[in-house]
Amino acid sequence: MKKKDFLIAGAVLLLAGVLTLVLRLSGGDPGGAVQVKIDGKVVGTYALVEEQAVPFDTDYGHNLLVIRDGKAHMEEADCPDHYCMEQGEIEKTGETLVCLPHKLVVEVVSGESSDVDVVAK
Amino acid sequence: MAVARKSPTGTPGRRVALDGILVALAMLFSYIETFIPFNFGVPGIKLGLANLVVLLGLTFLPALDVFLVSMVRILLSSLLFGNVMSLWYSLAGGILSFLCMWLLTRREGYSLIGISMAGGVMHNIGQVLTAALIVQTIQLAGYLPVLLVAGLVTGAIVGALAKLLMPRVQKALESYA
Ligand SMILES: [Zn+2]
Repeated sequence: MKKKDFLIAGAVLLLAGVLTLVLRLSGGDPGGAVQVKIDGKVVGTYALVEEQAVPFDTDYGHNLLVIRDGKAHMEEADCPDHYCMEQGEIEKTGETLVCLPHKLVVEVVSGESSDVDVVAK
Repeated sequence: MAVARKSPTGTPGRRVALDGILVALAMLFSYIETFIPFNFGVPGIKLGLANLVVLLGLTFLPALDVFLVSMVRILLSSLLFGNVMSLWYSLAGGILSFLCMWLLTRREGYSLIGISMAGGVMHNIGQVLTAALIVQTIQLAGYLPVLLVAGLVTGAIVGALAKLLMPRVQKALESYA
């Protein structure tokens, strides 16, 4: 490896570090609800305090979002990659679960805004 | 990279033959890669073995040829091993990383490993930006730190492989000149 190679590595690591910090500072509060978007449109907002299982069936496919112990995770999905199910549980503001094949995004939002954001399906 | 530039592409026939060999090689790498689990919990993150072909190709073929080889590889492998969705990420990642690596090969002071690391990082940036556009969610940027580091690691591995292969490729090119 040459000197300038380390410059590249250093710059990228620095950028990753700064980004991590910014993301930590900008979010991180325990969220009040999760907002679900399909194809960029909000289809629903679900409180994290309520234990619930919410199915989403669209032309893209099936997903089952489960909220338990104040955390949300993807319980079922018939997408080809199942990455959404592997992303684990989310609970802090700004955290997301993404099912790319189904264009579905679950994002934790703060409790207050959730009432405003609810859009009838 | 100055050494590599000495080996000429030769006749148009030889150039086309080399292009074809590279496409075939890249397809082979893409196929092999489907057996290598490299899961960061985010779609589309791969080792990027096919990038070996771009790295090596840039040392003995015109940049345009290598670019086309890379694009053909992405189209074919998305059709064969992926889906329509993966085509868009791969294209965005492939184009960004190609441009970045091409620019670096034209400058002094970067080894294959450095060039490959930059390519790996740009590849992942391209993919996550495309994904963010597709699902219209800027929060996907949250994956960027992981993806940046992942790109460095995979890029370094592929770059080291390219460095190992380089002398053999040079020898082969000379013996069939
Ligand atoms: Zn999924």
